[in-house]
Amino acid sequence: MNRRGFLLLGVVGVAHAQLPPNIQEIRKKALDEAIRKVVGDAQVRTGKVKLDVPPLIDNGNAVPLSVEVESPMTEADHVKAVHIFTERNPQPYVLTAHLGARAGKARVATRARIADTGAVTAIAQMSDGSFWSDTVRVIVTLSACLEEGLI
Amino acid sequence: MARVVVNVPAEAKKGEVIEIRTLAGHPMETGFRRTQLGELIPRDIIRTLVCTYNGVEIFRADLHPAIAANPLITFNTVATESGTLEFRWTGDNGYSATQSATIKVV
Repeated sequence: MNRRGFLLLGVVGVAHAQLPPNIQEIRKKALDEAIRKVVGDAQVRTGKVKLDVPPLIDNGNAVPLSVEVESPMTEADHVKAVHIFTERNPQPYVLTAHLGARAGKARVATRARIADTGAVTAIAQMSDGSFWSDTVRVIVTLSACLEEGLI
Repeated sequence: MARVVVNVPAEAKKGEVIEIRTLAGHPMETGFRRTQLGELIPRDIIRTLVCTYNGVEIFRADLHPAIAANPLITFNTVATESGTLEFRWTGDNGYSATQSATIKVV
């Protein structure tokens, strides 16, 4: 290696070391992983699920959200579980609700913390093993979790 | 003292789908916040809510730090018979709360 090459290596090395970790990429990976954990190898289709979140959120500390799934809710065909994830929170999990045929109507509502503008996803796990999902993009003006503006 | 509230209709027709609302007073500390001195505030959340109807489990929820303080959870069930609904919340640091409601099915 000549002198010029060696110096260049040093510059590249420093630049690389000082790059901030790609948080968006890490979050996305965490979300994918969390969804995989729930879904396994099954395919997630869009439809049947209706996720209701206000599209513009003033205060991310308490966001009303509800999930309703189209299902007859009989012993043979019902919603087993509803999972809610967010894209930009430090952890993607929000809520897992285990239902059964006795629920009568597959609807769950709660209040969540949402850290930042991004997607909220609801996945319904049916008794036949299929998965259905709905994703809503929300805009958050005051974020939860991150009072100091750290992400 | 753990404070919890549940809202169950006092009376329902047989086979009717009723809505149940539950609310627990709890800060749901996420474990991501820091004090002014920069120390991490340890996580303190409610992790599960279980609802049983005359001893049979009808609903269970796993909560995570992304649930807002004073977790409100709403769900439905079919009014099958008169009896009691028991609700149990459990969480970090040995948190546990129970509440029950009676329903009359006509």
